[in-house]
Amino acid sequence: MNLKLEDNGQVVLVQVKEERLDAHNSEHLKQELGRLFEEGKTRVVVDLKEVRFIDSSGLGALVSGFKNASSRQAGLKLSSLQSQVKSMFELTRLHRVFDIYTTVDEAIEAF
Amino acid sequence: MKNTQIELQIKVPNQTRYLSLIGRISEELAKQLQNYTGDREALANHINVVLTEALVNAIRHANANDPDEEVEIRITVTDEELLLQVFDHGRGFNLESISATAEDSQHELEDHGRGLYIMRSLMDSVEYYPVEGGNVLEMRKQFR
Repeated sequence: MNLKLEDNGQVVLVQVKEERLDAHNSEHLKQELGRLFEEGKTRVVVDLKEVRFIDSSGLGALVSGFKNASSRQAGLKLSSLQSQVKSMFELTRLHRVFDIYTTVDEAIEAF
Repeated sequence: MKNTQIELQIKVPNQTRYLSLIGRISEELAKQLQNYTGDREALANHINVVLTEALVNAIRHANANDPDEEVEIRITVTDEELLLQVFDHGRGFNLESISATAEDSQHELEDHGRGLYIMRSLMDSVEYYPVEGGNVLEMRKQFR
């Protein structure tokens, strides 16, 4: 999976550079989020701008990251969901769990 | 009488790397469905999602991640409905055991178990039963 990480010292931005976030590649994202929180990062934004498709495994990887963050008093926010991806969050009611923002800047400012 | 308009049969190795190929084919097919009066873009995404979920169940649970196995996908379009079938050659699995429904807030934060809930939410029916040499997961959607 192609992930691009940017750390400005305050917030780590994880850009998912894939059209699909599914059972084939989501384990990598799950591991990477786990690693960031284990390293002590407290503010992480996952940018889903390029993701056009998400399945239950992709959602599960983000839920895993969310739980990991919550257990360490850290924060995970999501940004830039495409309409089909947003509809999957709504179907599974996960839009009530995550802090979701329209842009990366809004997500970063919300910390 | 059900007139078959399109019938597609695809076999792929039992590997998740083929999910995107099947997803793309199913989305293109959904956009061709003349009898569907709803939002075809949304339907295309829904078919992509439910087929992905069904394939992952076949690859991981039924065929136990054996890369030498294969899964078969059959897509049938009639005047009245869309029928999606995913055949595995494995021992099968209990459909309910892979589900920790999102309807139940107690399970809201589980990492796994949303697949069956998604399939049932987006399709009119979901069944899993044994056939000769394996099992089939069958999903139907009526054109209304």
